[in-house]
Amino acid sequence: MANAEIQAQPYGDPIAPGRKAAGRALIWGATLLLALVVLLQALDSAGSGPLHFENWRPSLYAYVLWAIALGAAQVMIRGEAGQRALFVLPAALYTVAVVIFPTFFGLYIAFTDWNLSSFEGRRFNGIDNLIELFHDSFYWKALGNMVFYVAMVLVEYAIAFSLALLLNAEVRARKFWRVAFLIPFMLSPVAVSWMVGKSLMEVRFGPLAGLAKHLGWSQPNFFGSGWAASFSIEALDAWVSIPFIMILLLAGLQALPKEVQEAARVDGATPWQSFWKITFPLMLPVSATAVVLRIIFKLKLADIVINMTYGGPGGATDTVSSYIFRQYRDRSNVGYGTMLAMFYLVLIIIFVTLLLNFVSKHMKKVT
Amino acid sequence: MTAAEMTYQGAAETSAERNKRILGRVGIYAALVFWAFVSLFPVYWTITTTFKTAKDVTQGHIVPFVDFQPAWIGWRSLGLSPDTINQVSTVRDEFLGRFVNSIIASCGASLLAVLLGSLAAYGLSRFQYKFLWMKNKDISFFFLSQLILPPVVLALPFLVLYKELALLDTRIGIILLYTLTVLPIVIWIMRDQFDTIPVELDEAAQVDGLSVWGVFFRIVMPIALPGMVAAFILSLILCWNEYFFAALLTGTNAKTLPVMVASQTGSQGISWWAMAALATSAIAPLVVIGIVLERYIIKGLTAGAGK
Repeated sequence: MANAEIQAQPYGDPIAPGRKAAGRALIWGATLLLALVVLLQALDSAGSGPLHFENWRPSLYAYVLWAIALGAAQVMIRGEAGQRALFVLPAALYTVAVVIFPTFFGLYIAFTDWNLSSFEGRRFNGIDNLIELFHDSFYWKALGNMVFYVAMVLVEYAIAFSLALLLNAEVRARKFWRVAFLIPFMLSPVAVSWMVGKSLMEVRFGPLAGLAKHLGWSQPNFFGSGWAASFSIEALDAWVSIPFIMILLLAGLQALPKEVQEAARVDGATPWQSFWKITFPLMLPVSATAVVLRIIFKLKLADIVINMTYGGPGGATDTVSSYIFRQYRDRSNVGYGTMLAMFYLVLIIIFVTLLLNFVSKHMKKVT
Repeated sequence: MTAAEMTYQGAAETSAERNKRILGRVGIYAALVFWAFVSLFPVYWTITTTFKTAKDVTQGHIVPFVDFQPAWIGWRSLGLSPDTINQVSTVRDEFLGRFVNSIIASCGASLLAVLLGSLAAYGLSRFQYKFLWMKNKDISFFFLSQLILPPVVLALPFLVLYKELALLDTRIGIILLYTLTVLPIVIWIMRDQFDTIPVELDEAAQVDGLSVWGVFFRIVMPIALPGMVAAFILSLILCWNEYFFAALLTGTNAKTLPVMVASQTGSQGISWWAMAALATSAIAPLVVIGIVLERYIIKGLTAGAGK
């Protein structure tokens, strides 16, 4: 008996059977408590419980208590292995509580007709929301806009690469330039919407409008027509995010082996040749990371659109996120909005999986 | 003449090369100056606009003291100019309330994320886990995959849940959500940090009698501290600038600074100087952090990206 325990527990002292039993009892006790509280609250919200609750907070507290008990029991039952599990448990339990549970809850909401501003409450309506989604031309337009915004990441990448090359060249006061180039990344997109979008691009007296007039655009209206507005939004977003890509690429450039470039120069390669034949291929893995990360962030784009154009003109600048935000703000339709979001999530998961597969396959071919 | 040309041909070639090199240098510096201008001019414009009267704004004046006479006009409207700082001001009270909310929400969430994320990252970097079918690689992927989850997917369920939990429009509610949005990034940065610390160090400390947690807190954490600072600052930037959740889930009590800025831009007849002052104070803390702690931001951004 003692022998077997030592075998099962190669590290640390063997654990007394009493301690193990207490640990198991703790888990069961906490689980029972959690189940009891949730059951009581569910009964109460159905209108037939023995106790009355103001809100669902008791369930939240019961969950926190359960999580603590689970962690303590790990140490009691499994000793040092339990102590190790304790490193990952808090983050895992937290993520489950705030992501997994709401996502499943959202999946349920998505199939209901639920308007927060009406008194009727939620009503299960099957796939009605899904059917409405397929006939919602604004939603499909927003998805189309996302294709444009994501494609523009390549332009952002090209600019960021040039900037990284500039910073990697032998220049004086490199730290100053780096800090200056980094500043836009620090700024809140909402503040930028005002600073650049509503102030610098102001039609009558914004300096940028003045510059555009100077360059021959007689009536510069950056947010008037659909295409102009899309490009303006993209320009604002690019201005904020190019430093992010640039820093990743700069780190990659600085990690490149100097000898290879040196050898190419000795062999008489022009800078242009040595960039395309040596630097660019060597930078592909870093580039892939930077572009994929940037695309993932781009798929969440919302705040600039909400603050600049609110999706207009005619939904031309909508991202999916800003469209759902409008759906909720203007119609407070939680059920339909959630269905739109869930559908988008499925598309994103498919897209990102394909993207990652493509990248990893392509990377193997290169190396 | 020809003889002289012949003699100097070698030198002429190098001089052509030199010209080309100088031209290249000039090109590089011109490009640097150009992009620095692109990056900094909007900030400059915003800060100077806080000192402009309506006339100066509409005429597009740019250089203070030359084009226009600066006045404290923008800061006065926020109650923060030298002559109004000692007077009672409701605008200032509201602004300071939002400012404090932003600080509490972003610092609280960043601290919580660095705490949870560092622990998880250390565990994943050092030990072999197995939970059901999931091994270390799968657990890491589980955490990192949260990064692709767009805020909209969670926003509406959270709206309903927070209503039921009485967490709507509370700081703690917003902290819990922000923690979630930055946790994957923190785990990514910290796992990279812990991977660079040799395992032998842990083993030696454990032989000396420290427990697993003792090793983490007494030995590994002090070494990984710069990485934790980097993760904290990056989280701080993301949380400070977050708008989407704050706009949906906060109202009168927990409203953060970006929501306040956004709500002002919507109104008709914006007073430019006041908006500029508001925008300036919304970006000022991060601009300062960006200048002073640039090293850490770059460290945080580049962790794990090289692989």
